[in-house]
Amino acid sequence: MSMLSSRGLGKHFGGLQVLHDVNLEVPGGAIFALIGPNGAGKTTVFNLVTGLLRPSAGAISFEGQDLAGIAPHRITRLGIARTFQNIRLFPDMTLLQNVMVGRHHLTNYSGIAALFALPSFREAERRSRERALELLSWVKLDHKAESTADNLSYGEQRKLEFARALATEPKLLLLDEPVAGMNSTEKAVLMEEIRNIRDRGYGVFLIEHDMRFVMNLCDRVAVLNFGRIIAEGAPEEIRNNPEVIEAYLGRGDEAEVLP
Amino acid sequence: MEAFADFWATYSTLIFTVGIHALLALSLWLTLSCGLLSLANAAFMGIGAYTAALLTLHLHWPFPMVLAAGGLAPAVVALVIGAPTLRLSGVYLAMATLAFGEVTRILVLNLEITGGPEGLNGIPLLTTWWHIVLILAAAGYALARLRRSRMGRAFEAIREDEVAARMMGIDVEGHKLAAFTLGAVLAGLAGALNAHSTFFISPREYGFENAVDILTMTILGGISSLIGPVLGATILTLLPELLRFLHAYRLAVNGLILIGVVLFLPTGLWDSRRLGQMLRAWRTRWEGKP
Repeated sequence: MSMLSSRGLGKHFGGLQVLHDVNLEVPGGAIFALIGPNGAGKTTVFNLVTGLLRPSAGAISFEGQDLAGIAPHRITRLGIARTFQNIRLFPDMTLLQNVMVGRHHLTNYSGIAALFALPSFREAERRSRERALELLSWVKLDHKAESTADNLSYGEQRKLEFARALATEPKLLLLDEPVAGMNSTEKAVLMEEIRNIRDRGYGVFLIEHDMRFVMNLCDRVAVLNFGRIIAEGAPEEIRNNPEVIEAYLGRGDEAEVLP
Repeated sequence: MEAFADFWATYSTLIFTVGIHALLALSLWLTLSCGLLSLANAAFMGIGAYTAALLTLHLHWPFPMVLAAGGLAPAVVALVIGAPTLRLSGVYLAMATLAFGEVTRILVLNLEITGGPEGLNGIPLLTTWWHIVLILAAAGYALARLRRSRMGRAFEAIREDEVAARMMGIDVEGHKLAAFTLGAVLAGLAGALNAHSTFFISPREYGFENAVDILTMTILGGISSLIGPVLGATILTLLPELLRFLHAYRLAVNGLILIGVVLFLPTGLWDSRRLGQMLRAWRTRWEGKP
């Protein structure tokens, strides 16, 4: 039973066809990867799922609900959270505040309660802070809760983005190139974090072009090339698929034609 | 006591102006805290001032109700114009709100009920010092509470990264409209207080120049905390008076001081983060000494 699925998904920007007839079945509680060379249209898939872009064709459904025309912040509230390829934190806010922003729609009190610091306000804020600290401890950043996000190293910023996304209490977490620009040590740490997240019961849907990273981590892989899905299956099947190898490395005879 | 009476007689108008400017700077701080560069607050002040003055002059409403109406009228306008204009961001929003301000000014200039270019005369002087203190204190308190609430966090998140805020489940459009409208309430209150402390209002007082003045006060003071806008409003109101001894060079020196602040303290006079760092540096220096 898939959690997120797309049928005949297409997207064009003017005359540029970015995605063409993309059918995906993303399972819950597992790590699913969408891989493909740079410019294949992977991030566009995320932007369509999260509602930042509207599909030109086809439909996306999450837990059986059609996502067409639903505002991005409502899609988040349905249980889809994401991170960004070019990390988008709130740099001047503390780590704790960053994560608490993710709990915005789960922190409920009236304006009056906030104005006079009534018990309902204090209780909701306390619960929100406790959960935020718990999430920070999952990614081992709780000791830095009060420093501002722009003081973090690159790897820590990624982990903070994970915690912030988890704060929205999603069922499915979309990670856009989580290990981009990282060295192998940092990659290993992050891979462990992603496994931890899956083991806690979240579905993970990630985009990556680092093949080795994906093959060691994922339960299922789909390959996107020039806006089309060219293969889907378990990592071993993908690794040996000639079309995938061609998409990544090119064809032997083409190489010989080059001067 | 007599000395105080003399002082008050000479400077009460100036002190009133400081308070009203502080309220205006706070109103813009609220809009800026959500990342909205708005030049509409001078017009909102004008709408508040005219609404309040007309209610006093023609309908003889009690002053508290006049003040409430002065805050509500621009809020209604903000709700109506906010929905289309707040889709814009950055300088485009500044231009749209500037255009709104001009439209408002020209409308007031040509309407009969507003007295046209001659403005409204003979507004009773109902504003007392404690009205200003009370409203300023209440506004400061409400904004301080707001900063610590989920709404304040959402405003800051939107200012720092709108797309990320949206992906965190925040209704960006709704929050922007709220910040814009609440800012209009504060600006309208400042206008109502102003109208009842100057006897006379005209469209000239709520135009482009005023919009830029409000922006300058807020930015000069710094928007990292609520102290900044109040400080900026105080300094910019008092500075021309303190420089009176320079006679003809007064405005030039005033301008030079502003340029100096913007060049050397780009985050404003009161930057809580910078002040915290300075404080820590001083402390370690003192404690480091044998």
